[in-house]
Amino acid sequence: MYVTPSRKAQKAVEALIRGVLVLSSTVAVLTTLGIVASLLFESLRFFDAVPLTDFLFGLEWSPQTAIRADQVGASGSFGAVPLFAGTLLISAIALVIAIPVGLYSAIYLAEYASTSVRAWVKPTLEILAGIPTVVYGFFAALVVAPWLRGAGEGAGFEVSSESALAAGLVMGIMIIPLISSLAEDVISAVPRSLREAALGLGATRSEMIRQIVLPAALPGIMGGVLLAASRAIGETMIVVMAAGLSANLTANPFQAVTTVTVQIVTLLTGDQEFDSPKTLVAFALGLVLFVVTLLLNVVALKVVKKYREQYE
Amino acid sequence: MSKAERIKAGLAHRYRAERHFRLYGIGAILLALGFLGVMLTVVIGRGVGVLQQSYIQLTLTVTAEAAETGDWQGLIKTSLREQFPEARKRKDKKQLYGFVSSGAGYALRRQVEQNPDLIGQRRAYWLPVSDDVDMLLKDAIDRSLPESDRRITDQELAWIDTLIESGALELRFNKGFFTSGDSREPELAGILGAAVGSALSLLVCLMLAFPLGVMTAVHLEEFAPKNRWTDLIEVNINNLAAVPSIVFGLLGLAVFLNVFGLPRSAPLVGGMVLALMTLPTIIIASRAALKSVPPSIRQAAMALGASPVQVVLHHILPSAMPGMLTGTIIGMAQALGETAPLLMIGMVAFIVDVPQGILEQATALPVQIFLWADAPERAFGERTAAAILVLLVFLVLMNLTAVILRKRFEQRW
Repeated sequence: MYVTPSRKAQKAVEALIRGVLVLSSTVAVLTTLGIVASLLFESLRFFDAVPLTDFLFGLEWSPQTAIRADQVGASGSFGAVPLFAGTLLISAIALVIAIPVGLYSAIYLAEYASTSVRAWVKPTLEILAGIPTVVYGFFAALVVAPWLRGAGEGAGFEVSSESALAAGLVMGIMIIPLISSLAEDVISAVPRSLREAALGLGATRSEMIRQIVLPAALPGIMGGVLLAASRAIGETMIVVMAAGLSANLTANPFQAVTTVTVQIVTLLTGDQEFDSPKTLVAFALGLVLFVVTLLLNVVALKVVKKYREQYE
Repeated sequence: MSKAERIKAGLAHRYRAERHFRLYGIGAILLALGFLGVMLTVVIGRGVGVLQQSYIQLTLTVTAEAAETGDWQGLIKTSLREQFPEARKRKDKKQLYGFVSSGAGYALRRQVEQNPDLIGQRRAYWLPVSDDVDMLLKDAIDRSLPESDRRITDQELAWIDTLIESGALELRFNKGFFTSGDSREPELAGILGAAVGSALSLLVCLMLAFPLGVMTAVHLEEFAPKNRWTDLIEVNINNLAAVPSIVFGLLGLAVFLNVFGLPRSAPLVGGMVLALMTLPTIIIASRAALKSVPPSIRQAAMALGASPVQVVLHHILPSAMPGMLTGTIIGMAQALGETAPLLMIGMVAFIVDVPQGILEQATALPVQIFLWADAPERAFGERTAAAILVLLVFLVLMNLTAVILRKRFEQRW
């Protein structure tokens, strides 16, 4: 005789559990949908009041003047170009610092350093990535900016107390570990046979790295740089604390500029009314930020993935 | 020149290039580590002073009448006048009264409330001084500056020196910094309110993100069929991990506050936003942990008749748990340092009271740092650095826990 226990209850419970699992996995998708929906919805309300082209191509940014609703379209003060330019300027400074330092660190760690040195240096560099950005902001605003100002005075030219340079420098420090760890991964992934072929032909180590390893690793490194750029563009606290609010359209790193994230924070902290373009424009800026960083990430991930497949 | 000679001549140059290249590498690493060193030194150097706070010793009698009416500040003023009878003019008296903190009265009241027998006795009390005097005692104010450029006048300086000589003004351990909330007066401002706000937010974040993250990871790794929907979820999670944190703040503002109508500045909303942010980190770490459990475990359990859900609950999850917890702690550490999204949902308000629940108004440690960094008083600079130190200590503790957990429970199959 066979014992056939009834499994009805167990089956029901297990179906329930699997249902809950499926539901929870949709939260991530819902989050993305929520982001897109809320940004789009508020942005569309903003573009009712201000034309899209004025926002994207306007050269003048002074949202504080548009207090009365009927002034908005006429004053045209929602031109975001100075913000885009400021964001690009600061991110560019950050990348100019972080790319060489991060790349050379990665090369040294991957190619030259002994295992014991690596075991110490790598986690120490990662500490830089773990420090909260508000700490970098403090450092930029209260240490680097005054120091740059003093140095500028000594050299006889004027550095604004909230210069793009101070924010960019410190942001550069912040993204060094991002670039170095990604670059190190892709450099180590270059197959041994390529290296040995180069060394066998009599290349010195640096020649091997420069002429064989780096070109082979270039796509992966580019992917890392794109990810770093996306981080720099979306970074908020450093620029809020160190870059300032004046929307100057300038390429001079010693002047104060403002960025997309700074303006979002300024427009949305404190009391807000949700019917004025002054608040809604923050969501339009957020939408631009989201789209740009998303594009950078998608491209970066594609590039890295393609590169990985190349050697597999 | 023969070919061999030409190659030989080039060798020196090539070796030099090799040495330089290697030096650039070392230089880059030293530069990066140097930045880290400078940053930590600056923060520690500026913040460590907060461990001590200047206190003034005042001899006074707490009369029953003063205790009744609550005129504690008056008692302190009387005592100061007794100590410096030469201060008769209004201006002088005002300077004299400026020595003690505006919170000294509360400090006195607390001492008397704890020990009511003190009423009627004449005895010495140690009370907090104002931030300017505190800064002077910590050598943060330069005495050699001309009087007009100093925040402390020559007259005040003379009185202070008398007090220091008589031992009535000294630096003591600053308990208040760790036990009180924010304040407009730097010498009274403490970190506890922000720390509790952070703790409450993290608690909410953990309660939401950990179960959701683990369940999502289990679904994707163990049950999900390979199809477009699963691919979509995966791509989604990877991209969500790289969305700027401020965008999550915008989401919280638009959805949690405006649509759901949840209270502004509350740790509940802060925790919810942080949970959405840390979710990708937890999912990715949990999936890696699940992947590292060998298929033999699965097959053994199934061979013994376990259902797929039983395989996961009884065998896979317990083996993968240390890895999942490590990932969760790292995600929590990120959430603890996150500032920008909290600004969006109004956790920047000036709040004196230590929050008691997740629906009350609160602020968080990194936001407190941001607020203090903006304050003009010199003494707040010191508090900012000290708050950073507190934040870093918590981060180090969390990361250490993660490392120990990994080392202690990691299974090698």
